[in-house]
Amino acid sequence: MKYLDEFRAEAPVRALARAIAGAATRPWVLMEVCGGQTHSIVKYGIDELLPPSVELVHGPGCPVCVTPLEMIDRAHAIASRPDVIFCSFGDMLRVPGSHGDLLSLRGRGADVRVVYSPLDAVALAEQHRDRAVVFFAIGFETTAPANAMAAEVARARGLGNFSLLVSHVRVPPAIASILTTPGNRVQGFLGPGHVCTVMGTSEYEALARTFRVPIVITGFEPVDLLAGVLALVVQLESGTHAVENAYTRVVRPEGNAAARAIIDRVFEVTDRKWRGVGTVPKSGYRLAPEYRDLDAERRFEVEAVTAQEPAVCISGQILKGLKKPRDCPAFGTRCTPEDPLGATMVSSEGACAAYFAYRSRAG
Amino acid sequence: MCLGIPGQIIDVSEQGDLPMGRVRFGGVSRQVCLAHVPGAAPGDWVLVHVGFALARLDEEEARRMLALLAELGEVDP
Repeated sequence: MKYLDEFRAEAPVRALARAIAGAATRPWVLMEVCGGQTHSIVKYGIDELLPPSVELVHGPGCPVCVTPLEMIDRAHAIASRPDVIFCSFGDMLRVPGSHGDLLSLRGRGADVRVVYSPLDAVALAEQHRDRAVVFFAIGFETTAPANAMAAEVARARGLGNFSLLVSHVRVPPAIASILTTPGNRVQGFLGPGHVCTVMGTSEYEALARTFRVPIVITGFEPVDLLAGVLALVVQLESGTHAVENAYTRVVRPEGNAAARAIIDRVFEVTDRKWRGVGTVPKSGYRLAPEYRDLDAERRFEVEAVTAQEPAVCISGQILKGLKKPRDCPAFGTRCTPEDPLGATMVSSEGACAAYFAYRSRAG
Repeated sequence: MCLGIPGQIIDVSEQGDLPMGRVRFGGVSRQVCLAHVPGAAPGDWVLVHVGFALARLDEEEARRMLALLAELGEVDP
Protein backbone atom coordinates (compact mmCIF):
# COMPACT_ATOMS: atom_id res chain seq x y z
CA MET A 1 0.00 0.00 0.00
CA LYS A 2 1.17 3.48 -0.83
CA TYR A 3 2.63 5.40 2.12
CA LEU A 4 3.07 2.12 4.02
CA ASP A 5 5.14 -0.32 1.94
CA GLU A 6 7.93 2.16 1.16
CA PHE A 7 8.31 2.88 4.87
CA ARG A 8 8.60 -0.82 5.71
CA ALA A 9 11.21 -1.66 3.05
CA GLU A 10 14.32 -3.54 4.08
CA ALA A 11 17.01 -1.47 2.30
CA PRO A 12 16.32 1.85 4.07
CA VAL A 13 15.83 0.01 7.38
CA ARG A 14 19.30 -1.55 7.07
CA ALA A 15 20.85 1.75 5.96
CA LEU A 16 19.34 3.58 8.95
CA ALA A 17 20.47 0.87 11.40
CA ARG A 18 24.03 1.18 10.06
CA ALA A 19 23.89 4.97 10.30
CA ILE A 20 22.71 4.78 13.94
CA ALA A 21 25.49 2.33 14.83
CA GLY A 22 27.99 4.70 13.20
CA ALA A 23 26.64 7.78 14.99
CA ALA A 24 26.39 6.39 18.56
CA THR A 25 29.68 6.64 20.48
CA ARG A 26 28.17 6.52 23.99
CA PRO A 27 25.17 4.88 25.72
CA TRP A 28 21.86 6.69 25.23
CA VAL A 29 18.40 5.99 26.64
CA LEU A 30 15.50 7.03 24.40
CA MET A 31 11.77 6.77 25.04
CA GLU A 32 9.02 6.35 22.47
CA VAL A 33 5.99 8.06 23.96
CA CYS A 34 3.21 6.51 21.95
CA GLY A 35 1.82 3.01 22.49
CA GLY A 36 1.38 2.56 18.73
CA GLN A 37 5.11 3.15 18.38
CA THR A 38 5.83 0.65 21.18
CA HIS A 39 3.73 -1.93 19.37
CA SER A 40 5.56 -1.32 16.04
CA ILE A 41 9.00 -1.38 17.70
CA VAL A 42 8.41 -4.71 19.40
CA LYS A 43 6.52 -6.23 16.44
CA TYR A 44 9.21 -5.37 13.88
CA GLY A 45 12.11 -5.86 16.32
CA ILE A 46 13.33 -2.28 15.79
CA ASP A 47 15.06 -2.26 19.19
CA GLU A 48 17.00 -5.39 18.17
CA LEU A 49 18.40 -3.56 15.11
CA LEU A 50 19.98 -0.92 17.34
CA PRO A 51 23.53 -1.06 18.70
CA PRO A 52 23.69 -2.15 22.38
CA SER A 53 24.54 1.41 23.40
CA VAL A 54 21.15 2.75 22.23
CA GLU A 55 18.36 1.62 24.54
CA LEU A 56 14.65 2.19 23.89
CA VAL A 57 12.35 2.39 26.90
CA HIS A 58 8.61 2.40 26.50
CA GLY A 59 6.43 5.31 27.47
CA PRO A 60 2.94 5.88 28.87
CA GLY A 61 1.26 6.54 25.52
CA CYS A 62 -1.49 3.93 25.50
CA PRO A 63 -4.71 5.68 26.55
CA VAL A 64 -6.56 2.40 26.96
CA CYS A 65 -3.83 1.21 29.36
CA VAL A 66 -3.74 4.35 31.48
CA THR A 67 -7.51 4.78 31.82
CA PRO A 68 -7.87 4.59 35.60
CA LEU A 69 -9.42 1.51 37.16
CA GLU A 70 -12.10 3.58 38.87
CA MET A 71 -13.17 5.08 35.53
CA ILE A 72 -13.69 1.56 34.15
CA ASP A 73 -15.66 0.73 37.29
CA ARG A 74 -17.81 3.83 36.69
CA ALA A 75 -18.32 2.65 33.12
CA HIS A 76 -19.36 -0.72 34.54
CA ALA A 77 -21.93 0.89 36.82
CA ILE A 78 -23.43 2.84 33.90
CA ALA A 79 -23.32 -0.03 31.38
CA SER A 80 -25.10 -2.35 33.85
CA ARG A 81 -28.24 -0.20 33.77
CA PRO A 82 -31.09 -1.70 31.72
CA ASP A 83 -31.95 1.65 30.09
CA VAL A 84 -28.41 2.18 28.72
CA ILE A 85 -26.65 1.33 25.46
CA PHE A 86 -22.96 1.61 26.35
CA CYS A 87 -20.39 1.91 23.58
CA SER A 88 -16.71 2.57 22.98
CA PHE A 89 -13.72 1.46 20.94
CA GLY A 90 -13.21 -2.31 21.00
CA ASP A 91 -9.90 -2.31 22.87
CA MET A 92 -11.35 -0.14 25.66
CA LEU A 93 -14.27 -2.51 26.20
CA ARG A 94 -11.83 -5.41 26.70
CA VAL A 95 -9.84 -3.78 29.52
CA PRO A 96 -10.62 -5.35 32.89
CA GLY A 97 -11.83 -3.19 35.76
CA SER A 98 -12.33 -4.40 39.31
CA HIS A 99 -15.25 -6.57 38.17
CA GLY A 100 -14.17 -7.83 34.75
CA ASP A 101 -14.27 -6.06 31.39
CA LEU A 102 -17.19 -4.21 29.88
CA LEU A 103 -17.89 -6.67 27.06
CA SER A 104 -18.37 -9.42 29.67
CA LEU A 105 -21.43 -7.52 30.92
CA ARG A 106 -23.25 -8.67 27.77
CA GLY A 107 -23.55 -12.10 29.38
CA ARG A 108 -25.59 -10.47 32.14
CA GLY A 109 -27.93 -8.80 29.68
CA ALA A 110 -26.23 -5.41 29.35
CA ASP A 111 -26.25 -3.70 25.94
CA VAL A 112 -22.54 -3.02 25.32
CA ARG A 113 -21.44 -2.26 21.76
CA VAL A 114 -18.17 -1.73 19.92
CA VAL A 115 -18.06 1.34 17.68
CA TYR A 116 -15.43 2.18 15.07
CA SER A 117 -16.08 5.93 15.11
CA PRO A 118 -17.59 8.25 17.75
CA LEU A 119 -20.11 9.22 15.06
CA ASP A 120 -21.39 5.62 15.16
CA ALA A 121 -22.29 6.26 18.82
CA VAL A 122 -24.25 9.36 17.79
CA ALA A 123 -26.05 7.30 15.13
CA LEU A 124 -27.05 4.78 17.85
CA ALA A 125 -28.57 7.63 19.85
CA GLU A 126 -30.59 8.66 16.79
CA GLN A 127 -31.80 5.11 16.19
CA HIS A 128 -32.70 4.44 19.85
CA ARG A 129 -34.27 7.63 21.15
CA ASP A 130 -35.97 5.72 23.98
CA ARG A 131 -32.61 4.51 25.37
CA ALA A 132 -29.70 6.37 26.96
CA VAL A 133 -26.63 6.02 24.73
CA VAL A 134 -23.35 6.52 26.59
CA PHE A 135 -20.04 6.78 24.72
CA PHE A 136 -16.84 6.07 26.69
CA ALA A 137 -14.66 8.87 25.25
CA ILE A 138 -11.01 8.00 25.77
CA GLY A 139 -7.81 8.75 23.92
CA PHE A 140 -5.01 11.25 23.52
CA GLU A 141 -5.16 14.50 21.55
CA THR A 142 -5.32 12.37 18.37
CA THR A 143 -8.80 11.10 19.28
CA ALA A 144 -10.08 14.21 21.07
CA PRO A 145 -11.29 16.02 17.89
CA ALA A 146 -13.38 13.00 16.84
CA ASN A 147 -14.88 12.61 20.31
CA ALA A 148 -15.51 16.36 20.50
CA MET A 149 -17.33 16.15 17.17
CA ALA A 150 -19.64 13.50 18.61
CA ALA A 151 -20.60 15.90 21.42
CA GLU A 152 -21.11 18.81 19.02
CA VAL A 153 -23.17 16.81 16.52
CA ALA A 154 -25.33 15.22 19.25
CA ARG A 155 -26.02 18.71 20.62
CA ALA A 156 -26.82 20.11 17.18
CA ARG A 157 -29.21 17.22 16.43
CA GLY A 158 -30.99 17.63 19.78
CA LEU A 159 -30.14 14.13 21.04
CA GLY A 160 -30.93 14.45 24.74
CA ASN A 161 -30.36 10.71 25.21
CA PHE A 162 -26.64 10.96 24.31
CA SER A 163 -23.87 11.47 26.86
CA LEU A 164 -20.11 10.93 27.18
CA LEU A 165 -18.02 9.31 29.89
CA VAL A 166 -14.82 11.30 29.34
CA SER A 167 -11.37 10.03 30.34
CA HIS A 168 -9.11 11.92 27.93
CA VAL A 169 -5.37 12.26 28.47
CA ARG A 170 -2.74 14.72 27.14
CA VAL A 171 0.84 13.83 26.28
CA PRO A 172 2.97 16.88 27.23
CA PRO A 173 2.23 16.78 31.01
CA ALA A 174 3.12 13.06 30.98
CA ILE A 175 6.51 13.83 29.42
CA ALA A 176 7.11 16.53 32.05
CA SER A 177 6.16 14.05 34.77
CA ILE A 178 8.65 11.47 33.46
CA LEU A 179 11.45 14.04 33.26
CA THR A 180 10.88 15.17 36.85
CA THR A 181 10.66 11.63 38.29
CA PRO A 182 13.60 10.86 40.62
CA GLY A 183 15.89 8.36 38.89
CA ASN A 184 14.69 9.33 35.40
CA ARG A 185 16.91 7.72 32.73
CA VAL A 186 15.32 9.12 29.57
CA GLN A 187 17.62 11.44 27.58
CA GLY A 188 15.59 11.93 24.41
CA PHE A 189 12.04 11.35 23.15
CA LEU A 190 10.53 10.00 19.97
CA GLY A 191 7.56 12.40 19.86
CA PRO A 192 4.02 11.11 19.16
CA GLY A 193 3.42 11.63 15.44
CA HIS A 194 -0.35 11.51 15.40
CA VAL A 195 -0.84 13.60 18.54
CA CYS A 196 1.33 16.24 16.84
CA THR A 197 -0.71 15.92 13.63
CA VAL A 198 -3.50 17.51 15.67
CA MET A 199 -1.60 19.69 18.15
CA GLY A 200 1.49 20.74 16.18
CA THR A 201 4.94 21.02 17.72
CA SER A 202 4.83 24.14 19.94
CA GLU A 203 4.14 22.29 23.23
CA TYR A 204 7.13 20.06 22.51
CA GLU A 205 9.38 23.03 21.80
CA ALA A 206 8.52 24.33 25.28
CA LEU A 207 9.39 20.93 26.83
CA ALA A 208 12.68 20.69 24.90
CA ARG A 209 13.68 24.18 26.09
CA THR A 210 12.61 23.71 29.71
CA PHE A 211 14.20 20.30 30.22
CA ARG A 212 17.03 20.64 27.65
CA VAL A 213 15.94 17.37 26.06
CA PRO A 214 15.80 16.60 22.32
CA ILE A 215 12.41 15.52 20.92
CA VAL A 216 11.99 14.11 17.42
CA ILE A 217 8.41 13.90 16.14
CA THR A 218 8.24 10.38 14.70
CA GLY A 219 5.89 8.21 12.67
CA PHE A 220 4.94 4.58 13.15
CA GLU A 221 6.55 2.52 10.37
CA PRO A 222 9.97 0.88 10.75
CA VAL A 223 11.69 3.47 8.54
CA ASP A 224 10.00 6.32 10.45
CA LEU A 225 11.00 4.93 13.83
CA LEU A 226 14.64 4.40 12.85
CA ALA A 227 14.81 7.84 11.23
CA GLY A 228 13.57 9.26 14.55
CA VAL A 229 16.17 7.30 16.53
CA LEU A 230 18.96 8.46 14.19
CA ALA A 231 17.95 12.12 14.52
CA LEU A 232 17.85 11.78 18.33
CA VAL A 233 21.25 10.09 18.51
CA VAL A 234 22.80 12.77 16.27
CA GLN A 235 21.38 15.49 18.55
CA LEU A 236 22.50 13.77 21.75
CA GLU A 237 26.01 13.18 20.39
CA SER A 238 26.31 16.87 19.47
CA GLY A 239 24.72 18.12 22.72
CA THR A 240 21.69 19.86 21.17
CA HIS A 241 18.10 19.72 22.39
CA ALA A 242 15.82 20.84 19.58
CA VAL A 243 12.44 19.66 18.35
CA GLU A 244 12.80 18.00 14.95
CA ASN A 245 10.06 16.68 12.70
CA ALA A 246 10.89 13.29 11.16
CA TYR A 247 7.26 12.75 10.04
CA THR A 248 6.86 15.68 7.66
CA ARG A 249 4.52 13.87 5.26
CA VAL A 250 1.85 14.08 7.98
CA VAL A 251 2.81 16.58 10.72
CA ARG A 252 2.76 20.37 10.14
CA PRO A 253 4.35 22.60 12.81
CA GLU A 254 1.01 24.31 13.48
CA GLY A 255 -0.96 21.05 13.67
CA ASN A 256 -4.53 20.86 12.40
CA ALA A 257 -6.35 24.15 13.07
CA ALA A 258 -9.89 22.76 12.61
CA ALA A 259 -9.21 19.81 14.92
CA ARG A 260 -7.62 22.00 17.60
CA ALA A 261 -10.54 24.43 17.44
CA ILE A 262 -13.17 21.78 18.18
CA ILE A 263 -11.10 20.44 21.11
CA ASP A 264 -11.05 23.97 22.53
CA ARG A 265 -14.80 24.39 22.07
CA VAL A 266 -15.86 21.10 23.69
CA PHE A 267 -13.15 20.28 26.23
CA GLU A 268 -11.12 21.98 28.95
CA VAL A 269 -7.85 20.93 30.59
CA THR A 270 -8.13 19.11 33.92
CA ASP A 271 -6.01 17.04 36.32
CA ARG A 272 -6.28 13.35 35.41
CA LYS A 273 -5.43 10.10 37.15
CA TRP A 274 -3.37 7.60 35.07
CA ARG A 275 -3.63 3.90 35.80
CA GLY A 276 -0.35 2.75 37.35
CA VAL A 277 0.99 6.31 37.69
CA GLY A 278 -1.48 8.35 39.76
CA THR A 279 -2.73 11.89 39.27
CA VAL A 280 -0.78 14.05 36.81
CA PRO A 281 -1.64 17.77 36.94
CA LYS A 282 -3.35 19.19 33.83
CA SER A 283 -2.89 15.88 32.03
CA GLY A 284 -6.44 15.41 30.78
CA TYR A 285 -9.50 16.89 29.16
CA ARG A 286 -13.02 17.02 30.54
CA LEU A 287 -16.13 18.52 29.01
CA ALA A 288 -16.13 22.33 29.03
CA PRO A 289 -18.88 24.04 31.08
CA GLU A 290 -21.05 24.56 27.97
CA TYR A 291 -21.06 20.80 27.38
CA ARG A 292 -21.19 19.64 31.02
CA ASP A 293 -24.84 18.54 30.58
CA LEU A 294 -23.51 15.73 28.32
CA ASP A 295 -21.30 14.40 31.14
CA ALA A 296 -22.33 10.80 31.89
CA GLU A 297 -20.54 10.82 35.28
CA ARG A 298 -22.96 13.50 36.48
CA ARG A 299 -26.00 12.22 34.67
CA PHE A 300 -25.67 8.73 36.19
CA GLU A 301 -24.16 9.88 39.51
CA VAL A 302 -21.13 7.59 39.49
CA GLU A 303 -18.52 10.17 40.58
CA ALA A 304 -18.14 8.52 44.00
CA VAL A 305 -16.98 5.13 42.61
CA THR A 306 -13.31 4.50 43.51
CA ALA A 307 -10.95 1.51 43.10
CA GLN A 308 -7.65 0.08 44.39
CA GLU A 309 -4.91 -1.17 42.04
CA PRO A 310 -2.97 -4.40 42.80
CA ALA A 311 0.23 -3.65 44.74
CA VAL A 312 2.46 -6.22 43.00
CA CYS A 313 2.16 -4.55 39.57
CA ILE A 314 5.15 -2.41 38.46
CA SER A 315 3.36 -0.86 35.47
CA GLY A 316 3.83 2.62 36.96
CA GLN A 317 7.61 2.22 36.78
CA ILE A 318 7.39 0.72 33.28
CA LEU A 319 5.23 3.63 32.07
CA LYS A 320 7.89 6.05 33.32
CA GLY A 321 10.75 4.16 31.65
CA LEU A 322 12.33 3.05 34.95
CA LYS A 323 11.71 -0.67 34.40
CA LYS A 324 11.00 -3.11 31.58
CA PRO A 325 8.38 -5.88 31.42
CA ARG A 326 10.83 -8.67 32.26
CA ASP A 327 11.84 -6.90 35.48
CA CYS A 328 8.45 -7.91 36.87
CA PRO A 329 8.19 -11.28 38.66
CA ALA A 330 4.53 -11.56 37.64
CA PHE A 331 5.20 -11.00 33.89
CA GLY A 332 3.91 -13.93 31.84
CA THR A 333 3.05 -15.96 34.94
CA ARG A 334 0.51 -14.33 37.24
CA CYS A 335 0.01 -11.53 34.72
CA THR A 336 -0.95 -12.28 31.10
CA PRO A 337 -3.13 -10.52 28.49
CA GLU A 338 -5.98 -12.91 29.39
CA ASP A 339 -5.65 -12.14 33.11
CA PRO A 340 -3.76 -8.84 33.42
CA LEU A 341 -2.76 -7.25 36.73
CA GLY A 342 -2.14 -3.76 35.46
CA ALA A 343 -2.00 -1.00 32.89
CA THR A 344 0.79 -2.21 30.60
CA MET A 345 -0.71 -5.69 30.08
CA VAL A 346 -4.33 -4.70 29.43
CA SER A 347 -4.05 -3.62 25.78
CA SER A 348 -1.91 -4.74 22.84
CA GLU A 349 -0.28 -1.30 22.86
CA GLY A 350 0.96 -1.71 26.42
CA ALA A 351 4.65 -2.60 26.74
CA CYS A 352 3.99 -5.82 28.72
CA ALA A 353 1.34 -7.09 26.29
CA ALA A 354 3.60 -6.29 23.29
CA TYR A 355 6.50 -8.23 24.89
CA PHE A 356 4.14 -11.08 25.73
CA ALA A 357 2.83 -11.26 22.14
CA TYR A 358 6.14 -10.98 20.30
CA ARG A 359 8.89 -11.88 22.75
CA SER A 360 7.57 -14.56 25.12
CA ARG A 361 9.32 -17.38 23.26
CA ALA A 362 12.57 -15.48 22.68
CA GLY A 363 13.05 -15.34 26.46
CA MET B 1 -4.98 3.62 19.89
CA CYS B 2 -3.52 6.55 17.96
CA LEU B 3 -3.45 4.33 14.89
CA GLY B 4 -3.74 6.31 11.68
CA ILE B 5 -4.16 4.66 8.30
CA PRO B 6 -3.42 6.36 4.97
CA GLY B 7 -6.19 6.15 2.39
CA GLN B 8 -7.29 7.88 -0.81
CA ILE B 9 -10.53 9.85 -1.10
CA ILE B 10 -12.83 8.38 -3.77
CA ASP B 11 -15.71 10.86 -3.49
CA VAL B 12 -17.08 13.52 -1.15
CA SER B 13 -20.64 14.26 0.01
CA GLU B 14 -22.58 16.31 2.55
CA GLN B 15 -24.41 14.04 5.00
CA GLY B 16 -26.75 16.21 6.98
CA ASP B 17 -24.52 18.62 8.87
CA LEU B 18 -21.21 16.84 8.12
CA PRO B 19 -18.79 16.73 5.19
CA MET B 20 -18.10 13.04 4.54
CA GLY B 21 -16.21 11.07 1.92
CA ARG B 22 -15.57 7.53 0.80
CA VAL B 23 -11.90 6.64 1.42
CA ARG B 24 -10.14 3.59 -0.04
CA PHE B 25 -7.61 1.67 2.08
CA GLY B 26 -5.98 -1.01 -0.03
CA GLY B 27 -8.91 -3.22 -1.03
CA VAL B 28 -11.62 -1.80 1.23
CA SER B 29 -13.37 1.56 1.38
CA ARG B 30 -15.39 3.26 4.09
CA GLN B 31 -17.16 6.50 4.95
CA VAL B 32 -14.89 9.00 6.71
CA CYS B 33 -15.67 12.40 8.24
CA LEU B 34 -13.76 15.15 6.42
CA ALA B 35 -14.71 18.02 8.78
CA HIS B 36 -11.11 18.43 10.00
CA VAL B 37 -9.54 18.58 6.51
CA PRO B 38 -11.41 21.46 4.85
CA GLY B 39 -11.01 21.49 1.08
CA ALA B 40 -10.05 17.81 0.79
CA ALA B 41 -11.04 16.46 -2.63
CA PRO B 42 -11.25 13.13 -4.48
CA GLY B 43 -7.77 11.82 -5.24
CA ASP B 44 -6.24 13.34 -2.07
CA TRP B 45 -4.48 11.00 0.35
CA VAL B 46 -5.53 11.44 3.97
CA LEU B 47 -4.54 9.93 7.32
CA VAL B 48 -7.63 8.41 8.97
CA HIS B 49 -8.15 7.83 12.69
CA VAL B 50 -11.42 6.50 14.24
CA GLY B 51 -13.39 7.46 11.14
CA PHE B 52 -12.00 10.99 10.83
CA ALA B 53 -9.43 12.31 8.36
CA LEU B 54 -6.79 14.09 10.48
CA ALA B 55 -4.38 15.34 7.82
CA ARG B 56 -3.72 15.40 4.11
CA LEU B 57 -0.56 13.45 3.28
CA ASP B 58 2.19 15.50 1.68
CA GLU B 59 3.46 13.48 -1.27
CA GLU B 60 6.42 15.80 -1.85
CA GLU B 61 7.61 15.33 1.75
CA ALA B 62 7.23 11.54 1.49
CA ARG B 63 9.35 11.53 -1.69
CA ARG B 64 11.94 13.81 -0.10
CA MET B 65 12.41 11.53 2.90
CA LEU B 66 12.69 8.40 0.75
CA ALA B 67 15.25 10.15 -1.51
CA LEU B 68 17.35 11.10 1.55
CA LEU B 69 17.22 7.50 2.72
CA ALA B 70 18.26 6.21 -0.70
CA GLU B 71 21.32 8.46 -0.46
CA LEU B 72 22.09 7.13 3.01
CA GLY B 73 21.94 3.56 1.61
CA GLU B 74 24.34 4.43 -1.20
CA VAL B 75 27.04 6.20 0.78
CA ASP B 76 27.21 3.52 3.48
CA PRO B 77 29.31 0.38 2.92
